[in-house]
Amino acid sequence: MLRRFVCALAMGAAIALPAQAEDQVTDFMLENGMQVVVVEDHRAPVVMHMVWYKAGSADEKPGVSGVAHFLEHLLFKATDKIESGEFSATVAANGGRDNAFTSYDVTAYHQRVAADRLELMMSMESDRMVNIRLGEEEILIERDVIIEERNQRVENNPGALFREQLNAAQYLNHRYGIPIIGWRHEMEALGLEDALEYYGTYYAPNNAILIVAGDVEPEEVKALAEQYYGVIPANPDLPERARPSEPPQTSARRMEFYDARVAQPYVTRSYLAPERNPGDQRGAAALTLLADLLGGGQTSVLSQKLQFEDKNSIYATAWYRGTSLDATTFNLLTVPAPGIGMQEAEDAMDAVVAEFMETGVDEAHLERIKMQLRASQIYERDNVDSVANRYGRGLTSGLTIADIQEWPEILQSITSEEIMAAAEMIFDRKKSVTGWLLTEEEAAQ
Amino acid sequence: MIRAFITCVTLFVAMPAWAEINIKEVTSPGGINAWLVEEPSIPFVALEIRFKGGTSLDAEGARGATNLMVGLLEEGTGDMDAQAFAKASEELAAQFGYDSHADAVSISARVLTENRDEALALLRKSLVAPSFPQDALDRVREQVLSGLRSDLKDPDKIAGARMAEIIYGDHPYGSAGEGTIESVSHLTREDMFAAHKGAMAKDRLFVGVVGDITAEELGPVLDALLGDLPETGAPMPGPAEVDIMGGVDVVDFDTPQSVAVFAQNGIDRDDEDFFAAYVLNTILGGGGFESRLMTEVREKRGLTYGVYSYIVLRDLANVYMGSVSSANDRVAQAIEVIQDEWALMAAEGPTADEVEKAKALLTGAYPLRFDGNGAIATIMVSMQMDNMPIDYIATRNDKVDAVTVEDMKRVAGELLTPEKLQFVVVGKPEGL
Repeated sequence: MLRRFVCALAMGAAIALPAQAEDQVTDFMLENGMQVVVVEDHRAPVVMHMVWYKAGSADEKPGVSGVAHFLEHLLFKATDKIESGEFSATVAANGGRDNAFTSYDVTAYHQRVAADRLELMMSMESDRMVNIRLGEEEILIERDVIIEERNQRVENNPGALFREQLNAAQYLNHRYGIPIIGWRHEMEALGLEDALEYYGTYYAPNNAILIVAGDVEPEEVKALAEQYYGVIPANPDLPERARPSEPPQTSARRMEFYDARVAQPYVTRSYLAPERNPGDQRGAAALTLLADLLGGGQTSVLSQKLQFEDKNSIYATAWYRGTSLDATTFNLLTVPAPGIGMQEAEDAMDAVVAEFMETGVDEAHLERIKMQLRASQIYERDNVDSVANRYGRGLTSGLTIADIQEWPEILQSITSEEIMAAAEMIFDRKKSVTGWLLTEEEAAQ
Repeated sequence: MIRAFITCVTLFVAMPAWAEINIKEVTSPGGINAWLVEEPSIPFVALEIRFKGGTSLDAEGARGATNLMVGLLEEGTGDMDAQAFAKASEELAAQFGYDSHADAVSISARVLTENRDEALALLRKSLVAPSFPQDALDRVREQVLSGLRSDLKDPDKIAGARMAEIIYGDHPYGSAGEGTIESVSHLTREDMFAAHKGAMAKDRLFVGVVGDITAEELGPVLDALLGDLPETGAPMPGPAEVDIMGGVDVVDFDTPQSVAVFAQNGIDRDDEDFFAAYVLNTILGGGGFESRLMTEVREKRGLTYGVYSYIVLRDLANVYMGSVSSANDRVAQAIEVIQDEWALMAAEGPTADEVEKAKALLTGAYPLRFDGNGAIATIMVSMQMDNMPIDYIATRNDKVDAVTVEDMKRVAGELLTPEKLQFVVVGKPEGL
């Protein structure tokens, strides 16, 4: 069944801009269980073709951390039909660009090409869904590549090493505590069998979402999708996406991390937080607005108090990412001004949150944030890839198309009372992880 | 309107459908020029405003002044302090970006149709009449200093800074536009007013506009927004004398992966061989996964996550640069492979097959750049600053296609100087 959404929701006169963007989105399901989403933008004859697998690093077995990301690299090698490297070379020869990414909940592959090359992309992407052919030697070379990638992203960056330790402290039981790229000692031992086992388990049409965005018609996409993806059999043994959940946290966790390469110390705090769930997004929406109130730019509560009034911070912020399959975090951060100690900086940050809990939400501030959220839907229409990514992230995080489309309206409808209730729930020190990133000199004190 | 279909079909690699960009040149009643693409389908306008010169205009003894000045534009104007200005822009949901680099100060704005005049009136205050309050200066200065302290311990920044010093010496390009801890610590409000006057004048102004606005509407908008800027600014610095001699320079830094940058003399955009050089670089190290450097260093040997080369066209110098990072015990091998590939390409040039593939990539990928109002506005400003004709977009791919294999073999021999390829390596590299 082909459903077509062209949503334009009438809003009250007080709100000048529509709360619900006019996403030109169509979605349907192939018979083998592969979901398809088409986002239309006919301004330029360009298309973004993406396949999102509902499998990421948090779906790995214990002991093989990094295998999801390793496999992502290996999908650019040979299949039954093409040679190693030929995939990207073909995209390039057709004037396109391709890449892929892995995160906790998803692995995605994408190509940006002229719209008349869509069929070629589908033929190659559907091929590597089930037909990769790997040799031992190229596995070893590519393993060196991902270790150099880890060197570049993590080992050479003390802030990244610090965040890795903080995440590990945040999640005792869930694999969000393990880095997406993998622990180095486990990456060094990854083998062909590990990659193929992950591939055989998760790469199947009934675990994938096709997103095509740009100058395309849904009927055309449907015909091509049926031809290329529709013929791949579903995996009847696809495991249910049930991961170990976190036990109740009963004690605050703290960490000090120092490294000679740290130039600028900072304090960070995270609280385990609920994520957006299908049909149940109000709590996450309240936390999204709470993060904007506390940390969204110059007029936010943390910035105004710590940077502008008390001047004990050179940068302070808060953030929350609600689009996640399992429990996420709510985060605070402050970078102490010169001469301000770490404890002093942390206490000042806590004092601001405590004061906020007393004074509550400034309604004018909340209205400014809602105005910007409404406007962001207009600005986003200029970037069809961003719309495609929003759907991809949402659908691989367990949400439905309806959830994704209702989200802007839910954000607009959240009240100050809901935000304060969310804050009461989240700011429990016993359920927090606090980290200090220190220079060597401070660590020696 | 950004759309029209012309489907070109050739034998092997067809030129993809082409987006026509209909650029209008607008001159305001007050004499300000802008390039405009009318695109009414989404109710907002993207503006890209650039002032040529940028941080290279810093006065003697005030290195970092232009960078700090630009960081302060949104921090106070007239009776508005930083908080008042931020609140006003949030209420209008306007998005203003203020940035500077070695060749320009750039202002990027996106404003909604429904409050366009109000939003641009606010932007105007920050551009024309910033007040540089002392408390804002002190606050933003601390942010700049924090960044500078971090740069001193960042291997990528250390490598870039050392290479700039080697290539450009005392020219402004030879030092960071953000200044030094010493120079920034001494900057004053007077320095900010002077930097503003020097860097943001109408004699170096370029404007690109894309979105929900007509040519008739744009003229008065430009005068209101920019008309009160001074006519002339600070004198431009002279060209940098670039004569790279080659060698390997190691900066000792305790980190597990060495970061290397490399450079040799470059080529001017106006050189008749520029497009041959551009296609050549695509084959050597600019073309992503398929380039020779990527194939040899990453795909065949697993020595790095990424290796790239790029032709750097600055207003006052041209260089040809690249970068790679590799574990301390493997970086020497990575550098050797790069040197070998550089020499091989200089000696033999590319193959006909490589040239065809690179042209297909470049001509096919070109239309993909025009992917939104902001992107098109930025491209149009760059075209004006580089003195390109307004019809350049329609002719650019022909210039790429006109390059022959013979041209490229000759240009490879003339441009690439493997014996004068300078490396800077930051880390604890073994065997260098």
